[in-house]
Amino acid sequence: MADSRLTSPPILHRPTEGRPEPRMELPELNIQADAGLPPTADEVVVFQATGVNVHYGKFLALKDVDLAIHRNEITALIGPSGCGKSTFLRCLNRMNDLIPGAEVGGTITFHGEDMYAPDVDPVDLRRRIGMVFQKPNPFPKSIRENLSFGMKVNGIRVDDDRIEQVLRHAALWDEVKDKLDQDAYALSGGQQQRLCIARAIAVNPEVILMDEPCSALDPISTLAIEDLMRTLREEYTIVIVTHNMQQAARVSDRTAFFTVQQLDGGDRHGILAEYNATERVFRAPEDPRTQDYITGRFG
Amino acid sequence: MTTQQLPEPAGLRARRFRPAEQGVVLLLGAAATISVLITVGIVFTLIEEGSGFWGSVSLVDFFTGTEWFPVDRVYGVLPLLSASVLIAVLAALVAVPIGIGSAIYLSEYADERTRRVVKPILELLAGMPTIVLGFFALESVTPALQGAGIIPSDQLFNALAAGIVVGLLIVPLIASLSEDAFRAVPAAMREGAYGLGATKRVVATRIVFPAALSGVMASIVLALSRAIGETMAVTLAAGTQPNFTADPTEPVQTITAVIVAVSKGEATRGSELYQSIFAIGLVLFVVTMLINIAATALVRRFRTVYH
Ligand SMILES: Nc1ncnc2c1ncn2[C@@H]1O[C@H](COP(=O)(O)OP(=O)(O)O)[C@@H](O)[C@H]1O
Ligand SMILES: [Mg+2]
Repeated sequence: MADSRLTSPPILHRPTEGRPEPRMELPELNIQADAGLPPTADEVVVFQATGVNVHYGKFLALKDVDLAIHRNEITALIGPSGCGKSTFLRCLNRMNDLIPGAEVGGTITFHGEDMYAPDVDPVDLRRRIGMVFQKPNPFPKSIRENLSFGMKVNGIRVDDDRIEQVLRHAALWDEVKDKLDQDAYALSGGQQQRLCIARAIAVNPEVILMDEPCSALDPISTLAIEDLMRTLREEYTIVIVTHNMQQAARVSDRTAFFTVQQLDGGDRHGILAEYNATERVFRAPEDPRTQDYITGRFG
Repeated sequence: MTTQQLPEPAGLRARRFRPAEQGVVLLLGAAATISVLITVGIVFTLIEEGSGFWGSVSLVDFFTGTEWFPVDRVYGVLPLLSASVLIAVLAALVAVPIGIGSAIYLSEYADERTRRVVKPILELLAGMPTIVLGFFALESVTPALQGAGIIPSDQLFNALAAGIVVGLLIVPLIASLSEDAFRAVPAAMREGAYGLGATKRVVATRIVFPAALSGVMASIVLALSRAIGETMAVTLAAGTQPNFTADPTEPVQTITAVIVAVSKGEATRGSELYQSIFAIGLVLFVVTMLINIAATALVRRFRTVYH
């Protein structure tokens, strides 16, 4: 399904089907563990976070994060619970703006532009950066209305072809084509989550942020969504938070490992401990904390 | 497999007597029974006391009569019923936009501090003695309507002023119950919409409002039955002149106002006039009950279910 939205072809285009696992063809990259991967000549950086601090009131939840997210890749954010994965993810579409007392410091650029500059409209930003949540949260409306809501909001013409196209894209069409006008809550959890993905795709975003999208789902639905993510990666940039390390290893190109740093004063902050090609993070982690976490000694 | 000698397991059949549990059940059951009995008793009184009335006045005349003129033994309930409904509708016209507007503001726009200040003030209005509202209608609302040329300057009583103050009275009811309904819409629903690039206005009107619709409608209907039963403010502001009209600028007399007038007047116990107030009281009761049944049905019909 060709989409004219992409003006240039995906730069990191890799075939998705029959991908060997683990993938050995990943190029050796020049890695600096703390700074994130430096953009190489043919990689487009979508988000660049530099020195990002997030406060909830006085509490510093996330400290000094540097991270680059690349186009048409799946970037996984992993780490123990409470280390700030969701917090970081929600910085990428300014969802934290909605939380009273949440404060984002440092800089995050989107295609080189400061996302938090005063003249950036967070509503327009969220139109370009879609989000899928931990618990499937379809609107209490019909399947069709779930898709048309965002399209209307974004001035996209709603027609049956477009609805079908989006549902096919989200691998849901065959299951729902006869009940488009039924309540979305009549679907199973996995179908609801794919509907939420379809809803995000329907507004033509460039990026899809997913916060533990499979944590409420059974293993079969989880695999269906992972398959879907591999397909979507062709057209979209995906950032996924997951507590499931196999999932990160299965689907992602790069993995960021967040952890909690406990200071002597008793303060606890989330930090980014390691960011690397997924392959590297799982095979040869550079940080002992990553090693402990992925081998199950911690977290 | 050889079975080992295990201790005999404890039997199940040792049901305990728990006096505290039994006592609580009895007390709570008694409370529920009493409230049901009181309701039944009131209905029974209405029917019993008004029963003589039906002997001397025909049902058809009562329900189709457009004049209420007890001196001539003319008992048509329509002018009274229409007055009650007219004022309730005027009140709803005032209260629904203000009530829902403030509910949306409080739940979707106001920060926590504003909400903590505004909500109690709003609810204070609900606790306002209705006699005070009646005087407010006479002293402020009607003169203002006269000043605006809506009401003739030589006319004191009118349905509009009564409708406006009863509207003010039920604003807090609608605002408070609707706000609860809005806030009961899961935050995940709002986040889903914001995540698609929806503005606050769109989230409030297209997501939160429809999801909370059943609660909002319930609040409106409850407010309507409160408005239709309201007495002091309407007696003071709308007048004591039975008038079969839909014109809000005219004086009218509601069912409740007639009941007040008759019961504080000279009517002797057991007289036809005295019995008539039980008959119209019964009508009021049935109307209110129908409204409440409608509310329950609406809530069921439009309830949003999240799994
Ligand atoms: N809305 C909030 N208000 C206050 N503290 C929060 C809020 N959301 C998250 N936190 C805190 O920030 C830290 C990181 O949370 P989160 O980003 O949700 O972690 P993760 O997704 O990695 O489990 C936790 O200590 C959490 O308690
Ligand atoms: Mg989380």
